[in-house]
Amino acid sequence: MAETATELRKTALNAVHRAAKAKMVDFGGWDMPVDCCGLIAEHMAVRTGVGVFDVSHMGDIQLRGPGSLAAVQRLCMNDASKLSAGQAQYSAMLYPNGTFVDDVVVHKLSDNDFLIVINAGTREKDVQWVRSQIGHMPGVHMNDFSDYYTQLAIQGPRAAETLQKLTPVDLSTIKNYWFTWGQVCGLYNVMIARTGYTGEDGFEIYIPSDEPTSARVWNEVLEAGKEFGILPCGLGARNTLRLEAGMALYGHEISDTINVFEAGLGRYAKLDKPEFVGREALLAIQAEGGPKRKLVGLEMIERGIGRDGYPIFSLDGTRIGEITSGSPAPFLKKNIALAYVPVEYTALDTEVAVEIRNQKVKAKVVPLPFYKRLKK
Amino acid sequence: MAYPANYKYTKEHEWIDVQGTTGIVGITDYAQDSLGDIVYVDLPKVDDALEAGKSFGSVESVKAVSDLYAPVSGKVTAANEELKDAPEKINTDANTTWLIKIELADATQLDALLSAADYEKFISEETGK
Repeated sequence: MAETATELRKTALNAVHRAAKAKMVDFGGWDMPVDCCGLIAEHMAVRTGVGVFDVSHMGDIQLRGPGSLAAVQRLCMNDASKLSAGQAQYSAMLYPNGTFVDDVVVHKLSDNDFLIVINAGTREKDVQWVRSQIGHMPGVHMNDFSDYYTQLAIQGPRAAETLQKLTPVDLSTIKNYWFTWGQVCGLYNVMIARTGYTGEDGFEIYIPSDEPTSARVWNEVLEAGKEFGILPCGLGARNTLRLEAGMALYGHEISDTINVFEAGLGRYAKLDKPEFVGREALLAIQAEGGPKRKLVGLEMIERGIGRDGYPIFSLDGTRIGEITSGSPAPFLKKNIALAYVPVEYTALDTEVAVEIRNQKVKAKVVPLPFYKRLKK
Repeated sequence: MAYPANYKYTKEHEWIDVQGTTGIVGITDYAQDSLGDIVYVDLPKVDDALEAGKSFGSVESVKAVSDLYAPVSGKVTAANEELKDAPEKINTDANTTWLIKIELADATQLDALLSAADYEKFISEETGK
């Protein structure tokens, strides 16, 4: 195999993953586990029990100071002024033309303190962008805490029971998309957030990124979840889980060539809040009657698996779009895909053809998300 | 996982077990392990003519598609229909789960394939270990 030109980055758990014989891949410059004990088994563990993911490659930008709210409001499309301390929200940073720098989760730590969790593949770009946008703003200081945390995602219907064994914090008091700080595995002031990227209930915890601590907590989580059939999960299952849940992935459903309305994320863009980067463009798109193409969910109705990048045709043979993410869905046991098509093809049950290796295979438009958990 | 010594192998990770003038073809344990959970197999029809080194179908896991290459030329005499509903059998036992049977057109083509020892050496070089 050819020598890799640049050294891949590693999380503090890299040696743990390798010792467990996980299959590793280069994900956005990171050496990450893609398959720990079988993608389908991992996927099912998260849907029916619990799974744990090392998501330390995600980035963390802190904005502090009396001007931090104004900075978040300018950088992100959702309305952070609605957040209480201890609350998080899904949001996105946009370019002036209304396309995506990245999608993010904004956490309000206190009135003058926000933590923005960003994607791994876009870390450097995001940090540069934030710096360039807030440079002239008064009263705000940025810290890149990306390397400071080992971030673990404990996900699934048994996630709360698993994590509860390791913390005195009453997890039932943390609502979805809220967070708190508390003791976890004997470590003080660990941020515990009820967030995730799987479509299940679950938590993300932020612990110090030294290797012994990271390995100890990882192993204690696995031990705590043993009775619920916990599995360590890789990026493969993370992808199929988020796809079933209809969640966007940067570089696929969202990018610097796709705007908010096309991606179906308009509900997170608060156009009535004061100026933010991208707002003018979104208003203009709205004034023109909305986007010309939209993201849809597809389900294959003939035999075949539509995958990332496969072209989509109308039934009369005109090329109309492309799949952004496509895969077999292990829990739903269907072959599903997210794709961009012109608005006239977005009605439910519209039939289209996916070109799979020179053959046209029929699919139909279905509601998103493909999978929705039953809320208790 | 051992690679049966009586099989021949391709660099594209197929095995062929020759019995008389029939070649039984499958994918190697290394191939199934690299792919992960196999969910779909696309095989040729009986009587299709295959050409050595050319793609004759595909195997798909949840995350990837992999082409199948004919180890030798010949006519397809059987395709393993069982794999339509149970493709995961390949993951369970790649060495005995066959995909197709071929009537060999030219037995001398077998000489160009790898022995079990050569194949193991090839994959150890490929994985860089």
